[in-house]
This record gives sequence, structure tokens and C-alpha cells, in this order.
Amino acid sequence: MGKMSVNLCGIELDNPIIPASGTFGFGYEFAELYDINILGTFSFKGTTKEARFGNPTPRIAECTAGMINAVGLQNPGVDKVIGVELPKLAKCFDKKVMANVSGFSVDEYVYTCEKIDKCDQVGWIEVNVSCPNVHGGGMSFGTSPEAAAEVTRAVKAVTTKPIIIKLSPNVTDIVSIAKACEAAGADGISLINTLLGMRIDLRTRKPIIANKMGGFSGAAIFPVAVRMVYQVAHAVDIPVVGMGGVSTAEDVIEMMLAGATAVQVGAANLVDPFACKKIIEALPAVMDKYGINSLEEIIKGVK
Amino acid sequence: MKDTLFTIKSNRLIAKNTSECVLVGDTSDISASGQFVNIKLDGFYLRRPISVCNVEGDELTLIYKVVGKGTEVMARTPVGESWLVLTGLGNGYDLGRSGNAPLLIGGGAGVPPMYLLCRKLAAEGKKCTVILGFGSKDEVFYEEEFKALGADVYVTTVDGSYGIKGFVTDAMDGIDYTHFYTCGPEPMLKVVYSKSTTGGSFSFEERMGCGFGACMGCSCKTITGYKRICKEGPVMQKEDILWEK
Ligand SMILES: Cc1cc2nc3c(=O)[nH]c(=O)nc-3n(C[C@H](O)[C@H](O)[C@H](O)COP(=O)(O)OP(=O)(O)OC[C@H]3O[C@@H](n4cnc5c(N)ncnc54)[C@H](O)[C@@H]3O)c2cc1C
Ligand SMILES: Cc1cc2nc3c(=O)[nH]c(=O)nc-3n(C[C@H](O)[C@H](O)[C@H](O)COP(=O)(O)O)c2cc1C
Ligand code: FES
Repeated sequence: MGKMSVNLCGIELDNPIIPASGTFGFGYEFAELYDINILGTFSFKGTTKEARFGNPTPRIAECTAGMINAVGLQNPGVDKVIGVELPKLAKCFDKKVMANVSGFSVDEYVYTCEKIDKCDQVGWIEVNVSCPNVHGGGMSFGTSPEAAAEVTRAVKAVTTKPIIIKLSPNVTDIVSIAKACEAAGADGISLINTLLGMRIDLRTRKPIIANKMGGFSGAAIFPVAVRMVYQVAHAVDIPVVGMGGVSTAEDVIEMMLAGATAVQVGAANLVDPFACKKIIEALPAVMDKYGINSLEEIIKGVK
Repeated sequence: MKDTLFTIKSNRLIAKNTSECVLVGDTSDISASGQFVNIKLDGFYLRRPISVCNVEGDELTLIYKVVGKGTEVMARTPVGESWLVLTGLGNGYDLGRSGNAPLLIGGGAGVPPMYLLCRKLAAEGKKCTVILGFGSKDEVFYEEEFKALGADVYVTTVDGSYGIKGFVTDAMDGIDYTHFYTCGPEPMLKVVYSKSTTGGSFSFEERMGCGFGACMGCSCKTITGYKRICKEGPVMQKEDILWEK
């Protein structure tokens, strides 16, 4: 076991770095740039039962130290993900990948997870109950403990792989939702998804995003993410995957001290396609600087 | 695709709110006219996508209009400084479609990509006709540069202060062409679409997250399915376009 390796729900990762869903496609755009096998793993684009185009454009707005997106879960649907994307990925990625699943009803989550559970390439299923982009959809599952638990229970009943429930930060009490998921059988919790945000164009006086609002992410949200990871990690006994604004090796260590077993990197990949590679390469020196011998040892190490 | 440092060799105003910037760096991944680069600026989270206007050896020329804070910073950046630039983005124009007498139509900030295209077509011995559309006389640029490539050049201005009064489409009458290539604001692309009589290549813009196909921020619907403007575009063929929105 290496200095950087961590164990996530029974599967060992060479390092805790995981590109976040929606910012890494199905891996192969990045595989043209570097060997993506250096990653711990990555979480692929949010997948739904049916193919989706997503929201109208503009879908992107710039913010200070961050961005808003309202992509709206564009994906080719679970059958094409399994039939087309995963075989393509197999050519450039030897590790277990993290599947990311969204749905608009409990039945849809169940349908998609059950199919993905049968794929050998998939190590974990990250169930996104938090996407803020779809009216009346994912949002409602992640904002009440009962609904989040219902999805968790239903998905657990039809799957064998570790189920990681991905939570929305747009709630008043994140801890109660995380605990409800744990009680319903979740094997892990990941957070945070994007914060609901909005920008207005001064010239046109219209929202920049066609959908008006979207998910705010990037460096600016890091302190909110650290706080929520800390709260959840200190309230549940299952592993927590931390994300939100992570851009440097120092951020990774801070997130792990707060309680994260593994760390996802999202928007940073979009502005610097080599972000994850750079973080992984920088980690050993940063570990040395802070006297860290093994990353496993610092998880939840905040005093 | 490459992400490398480019050093600014010159950066000067060539028309109202319009700057031409020559950068020196690794241009090896730029394979076609109509491609774009994505520029990282200090203090801005997202990069700024700008079309390749010309590339010769290790020199990359860009022309950009100052429309907001990012392009303002670009215009103020002195010679000798460097930007991190992602190169080799987008599909670019297909020269093979041009026929013998291609028509190139650029409007405002859509003029720059027409330059490298025209240079390449001229090098193949094609007889290019170029229509450049601007708002008024003080915004006009690159008329002489296109003429120097041997093209027949028409300039239009909306207010009639220079060249033909009106829109680029007002200059299209009477021109015989085998294929057209166009880039400009979407309303202009729409009228070119309706007025044109041959096949054509359109270049589109959209707000981008990444510029290299990872985020699905720039998707559009086409006759042949969903496409990412940064990856399967920015150039789309006339028969493939679905006007929406
Ligand atoms: C493929 C492509 C090629 C382009 N080529 C050129 C070119 O050769 N010359 C030129 O002058 N302009 C070009 N543009 C437009 C140029 O990218 C924008 O004008 C520029 O990003 C504005 O930045 P700003 O910070 O000044 O404006 P702001 O409005 O302050 O920018 C805020 C955000 O919106 C984005 N944005 C604003 N306007 C546009 C736009 N029209 N298209 C895409 N994103 C936008 C910015 O990139 C930034 O993320 C191109 C755009 C695309 C997509
Ligand atoms: C363009 C974009 C698309 C995203 N798509 C998804 C998605 O499909 N499923 C999901 O669970 N999260 C999605 N997210 C959220 C990220 O995975 C991550 O939770 C969030 O962006 C916070 O991390 P960051 O600040 O590092 O980006 C998306 C984020 C961005 C920026
Ligand atoms: S801008 Fe990210 S996919 Fe086109």
C-alpha cells in the first residue's frame, strides 16, 4: 500500500484523486492529453434511463473564482453508456470507474442502477440525488431525508456494488439527510454538488443562463464544501467523498483533514485539463511539507 | 490539443475596439482554419475562446473585439508577456468543399477566421470572393490584407459610412460562387442561410466551459444529432443546421 493510497468502500485507490462527474466526460478527451490511469478513478457523466439533450444554451456563466453550469444532465442514456461509452473507455482506462446516476423518479434510479451494477468496469455507483438543474427532478430527492432514504433503499435492493449517495448543498440540514442515507444502507456519501446560483447580464438585463439559474462550482465554493464534508464526516460512519472547489494538492489535504476519504475535482478540469495530473504530481511534496507519511492517516484528522 | 505558453509579439488596435495580437509559441496542433484557441487570463476563471486568424511558423495571429472585462485585459497586455493557450480546438473549415469559386462572408468579430481560410484557398489557386461586414467605417479592418491575398473584396457597413450600405447579404447579389464559408453574429448567419444558393460552412459561437468537449456546456441540436460546438463544431454544414431558440 502506497503513501497516497486510500480504501474507498473496499476498493483500493492508488491515490484519492477522482475527477468529478460532468467535468471529465467519459474520460477519453483527457486520455488524449495524459494517461488517465494515474487517477484514483473518475466519476463519469451523470447517466439517466433515457438519452437527454439537457437545457437550452447558454448553459455556462463565469463567476469570480468559479462558474455556473446548467447543462441539465445531457447524456446518451444508460443503454448507450453501457454499449458505447464503456467499451470506448476500456481502451484507455484499466481501473474500476465510478458510475454516476441520476433520475426523475425512484423507478428510474432503480432501472439505471440495476443495469450499471452488472458492468464489470464499474467499481462504485454514485447516485446523484442533488442535481439542481432539472425542474421537479433530482432536486427534491436530495432535499428531504425521507426522499433521499427512499432512493437509497430502492437502489440498494437491486445492486451489489458500493452505493455512494451524492448530496446537494442546497439544504438547511445536510447532516440529517446524510444520516438518513446511511440508515437506508448507503455505503458512502459524496458531497457537495453545485450550489444554486445566478448571474444577470447588465446590458440585456436578462439572466446569462437560458435556464435562469444553474449550479455554482469552482474554487469559490471550497470553504462551503469543507464545512459540509466536516459536518457529515463527523456524523456518519461510512466513508465520505469530498468535493467542491478543489484545485490544488493543499486543497486535497484540507478536504481529507475535514473528513474525506477520497477527493473529487470538478470545474478545475475544465479550465486546466491537466489539473488532476498536476495535483497528483504535487501531492508527495505537499505531504512532505506538512509531515504526512500516509494520506489514510489524515482522514478526519482535523483537531 | 496542447496547452502551452505563447509570448505576445505585438498587440495593437487596428479598428474601433478591435485589436490584432501576434503570439509566438507552439502552433503545431493548429491543423485547420476555422479552429480556435482558448486563452487563460490572470484573474478570470474561464478561458476566452478566440478564432485562429492566421498561423505562420510559430506565429499565431488573433483579432479580437473588446466587449467585456476579459478582452479589455487582453487589449491592455503588453508585448513580452505570456498567456497559457489551449490550441488545436474545434474542427475547422473543410477546404475540400470550396469548389473553384468560394465565397467567404465575415461579419465583425467573425472576419478573423476568414483570413487563414482565404490564404489557404488562394494557395490552392481558388478564386475567392470575400464580403466583410461591419457596423461603420471606424470598425473596418483587414480589407487590404484580403486584397493582398488576391481576393475580390466587398465591404459593407450598416450605416453606409464605408463601402456598400447595408448587411453582408446586400453584397451577395450577382456574385457567382460554388460554396460559401461564413462566420459572424447569429442573426447574420440566419440571413446568409436563407439567401444563399449553394452549400455552405457556418461557424458558430457559444459560451463555453472547457472548449475541448468535456463539459457539454456548448451543445446544440443539428439534423444529424447533438453536437458540441467546441468539438464537432464550431463549423457546421448548411444541411445539418437546425435553427432553434
Ligand atoms: C469558437 C469561438 C471563436 C471566437 N472567435 C472570436 C474572434 O476571433 N474574435 C473575437 O473578437 N471574438 C471571438 N469570439 C468571442 C469571444 O470569445 C468573446 O467576445 C469573449 O470571450 C468575451 O470575453 P469578455 O471577458 O471580454 O466578455 P464578458 O462578457 O465579460 O465575458 C464573460 C464570459 O462570457 C463569455 N462570452 C462572452 N461573450 C461571448 C461570446 N460571444 N462567445 C462565447 N463566449 C462569450 C466569456 O468567454 C466569459 O466566459 C469567439 C467565440 C467562440 C465561442
Ligand atoms: C459542467 C458541470 C457538469 C456537472 N455535471 C454533473 C453530473 O452530471 N452529475 C453530478 O453528480 N454532478 C455534476 N456536476 C457537479 C460536480 O460533479 C461537482 O459536484 C461540483 O461541480 C463541485 O465540484 P467543483 O467545485 O470541483 O466543480 C457538474 C459540474 C459541472 C461544473
Ligand atoms: S465547452 Fe465544454 S463541451 Fe464544449
